[in-house]
Amino acid sequence: MKQLLILSGKGGTGKTTIASAFIKLAKAKVYADCDVDAPNLHLVMNQSAEAKRSNYYGLPKAVINPKLCVQCDLCLQNCRFDAIQVGLDYQVDDYACEGCGVCESICPVGAIFSKPVLTGELMLYLDDAIFSTAQLRMGSGNSGMLVTEVKKQMRTAAITDHDLAIIDGSPGIGCPVIASISGVDMVLIVAEPSVSGISDMERIIKTAAKFQTRTAICINKFDTNIENTVIIESFCQKFNLPFAGRIPFDPDVVKAINRGQSIVDMDCEAGRATKNIFDKTIKILFQESLG
Amino acid sequence: MKIAIPVNDKSMEASVCDSFGRTPYYLIYDTESNESVFLDNSAVASQGGAGIKAAQTVVDNKVNALLTPRCGENAAEVIKAANIQLYKTINDSLKDNIDAFNEGKLSLLEEIHAGFHGHGGR
Amino acid sequence: MKIAVLSGKGGTGKTLISVNLAASAKESIYIDCDVEEPNGHLFFKPENIQSEEISIKVPTVDEKLCNGCRKCIDFCKFNALAYIINKPKVFNEVCHSCGGCVLFCPEKALSEKEIIIGEIQSGISENVAVLTGILNAGEKSGIPIIKKLLKDTHENKFTFIDCPPGSACIVMDSIKDADYCILVAEPTLFGVHNLNMVYELVKLFNKPHGAVLNKCMEGENPSEKFCLEKDIKIIGKIPFEQELGTLNSKALVLVRQNNKYRDMFSSLLQIVTKEVQI
Ligand code: SF4
Ligand code: SF4
Ligand code: SF4
Ligand code: SF4
Repeated sequence: MKQLLILSGKGGTGKTTIASAFIKLAKAKVYADCDVDAPNLHLVMNQSAEAKRSNYYGLPKAVINPKLCVQCDLCLQNCRFDAIQVGLDYQVDDYACEGCGVCESICPVGAIFSKPVLTGELMLYLDDAIFSTAQLRMGSGNSGMLVTEVKKQMRTAAITDHDLAIIDGSPGIGCPVIASISGVDMVLIVAEPSVSGISDMERIIKTAAKFQTRTAICINKFDTNIENTVIIESFCQKFNLPFAGRIPFDPDVVKAINRGQSIVDMDCEAGRATKNIFDKTIKILFQESLG
Repeated sequence: MKIAIPVNDKSMEASVCDSFGRTPYYLIYDTESNESVFLDNSAVASQGGAGIKAAQTVVDNKVNALLTPRCGENAAEVIKAANIQLYKTINDSLKDNIDAFNEGKLSLLEEIHAGFHGHGGR
Repeated sequence: MKIAVLSGKGGTGKTLISVNLAASAKESIYIDCDVEEPNGHLFFKPENIQSEEISIKVPTVDEKLCNGCRKCIDFCKFNALAYIINKPKVFNEVCHSCGGCVLFCPEKALSEKEIIIGEIQSGISENVAVLTGILNAGEKSGIPIIKKLLKDTHENKFTFIDCPPGSACIVMDSIKDADYCILVAEPTLFGVHNLNMVYELVKLFNKPHGAVLNKCMEGENPSEKFCLEKDIKIIGKIPFEQELGTLNSKALVLVRQNNKYRDMFSSLLQIVTKEVQI
């Protein structure tokens, strides 16, 4: 199974819009949403059945047993994350606690123990297609680990052989993105013709290169800044990166999203451009498998 | 010589695991006595620093070489600091890789990926 | 008065709104807490920049004292330590600076040293004091920088906090002390979903809040519908306009360019001020 990952750097560049269009065009039977901080793909994929949900636990956090606590204040003095609060009792602030274990070790009466904390929820849809996604709980870290879980859940569910899996990646350039890239066959970067868009793109290209992952570029809303579009295209040429195409700014896109549709369901300019990019991308993806 | 390989199962028929840090098991194999020992990877469920912890297991077993498809930056640093050679596997077959190693056909692993930075914790 | 501006995702206009509100006030402080990708300073182009380095503490080993008991390795919950050829090795990028290993080493062989993870730049742009937190590339957590940024604020001035995107703990730290939260939303179904996330967050912290609808166009606005349903007060609407987009993409402060936008943000600021005083 070939895995195609769609990435974009900062959010708001239309990554999910393009991912959903690709899923429609490819009639993909396997796909995933790795944007666990703010998953959006399920909003446009119209699943008919309910998802299978499972809890995801992160690093354990500290809990104080008030019955045992003798209020010696040692935990408070030694917690580096200001996570111990004193009201009537000594208590741990779950959001601030990093689970480092210092308080547990320092407490003279053994009043502190650690408990696993729910940090997210994994969802698996199994109607006519396999769709793996997750939602990180508010105020939880570790999105990289949950991303890894989303991909694992997708691969495990795809027991029968499928040619293609499409993955909507995480935004940004940090740790969840690295977790998204790991193990995929190709990355398609949706770049925006803005200064920050270009610098994000360069950083993702570098990361993908470290994993020796094939990378192609396309530009969304290219007509919002032609100058920068040209800069991106010549960048691709210079570094010999396949360029998959340009998508114009098209108000129909918002309309399609708000109807819960994909842009290729509608006859619009952006939809047609996306179709061309899709064809090219698939060619690159499967071409590579020969070499 | 003792070598370590991340594997998906506790058997000589097992496939090589993609991820060094998050592999379920390690094979520790002695190329002279053909002795094989399978170890659980205690790092598999760690929230961060899995590569470091996994590498620690390998180091503590006093192996001379590690065969793996890829390796994170931190794990590689541990492995190298312990003077263990790092080789790149050729495919996912355990046997092929051991044979290739014995015949001196494996090349050193040069590409080290940036790792997940301990997954931030935040 | 501290006002936090947040949105579930990047690219919704969070910076646009916080920058222009700050510029509309007579005297104000603008704090960019989006330490991974701070953009506010590109608009303000502050002068007289002073920078302060921000560091965290990581352990170092005195090999002469270490007896190889491995207590530190076993303690570290983040696997930031490894024991190689008779000495512990510290992985700075993995360390969370909890201080535990130092505290519990029986031989006192560990001590702490500071390493720099980023900086805070402060400067002046006309009526606005601009504070920018910058996390160095490759560093994992900007929390120490955000904590420091928020410490430097004055109670009596308008302070606008440009939060990082998302709803992770880093955002929580940014809004903890805010008097009011502005939720920025785009007019799409995605926008609603992302708005819902930050809405849950401000509810959790019991913060007074209101929404600004950005990029408003003709036709239906699902975010508006959501606000009505959830009884979130809509304190402003910003139209989707070519002119606005152009000024913004050139990194210009709208209210300093044109009267129309000055009026628009001044009245938004008035509404916010009123809301806070309720
Ligand atoms: S586990 Fe660490 S962060 Fe959490 S309360 Fe204890 S000392 Fe503080
Ligand atoms: S260290 Fe233990 S006994 Fe002391 S205040 Fe904390 S919980 Fe209570
Ligand atoms: S706890 Fe102290 S003495 Fe023990 S291994 Fe660590 S540094 Fe060495
Ligand atoms: S300070 Fe805490 S996180 Fe850092 S190495 Fe020591 S125990 Fe691990």
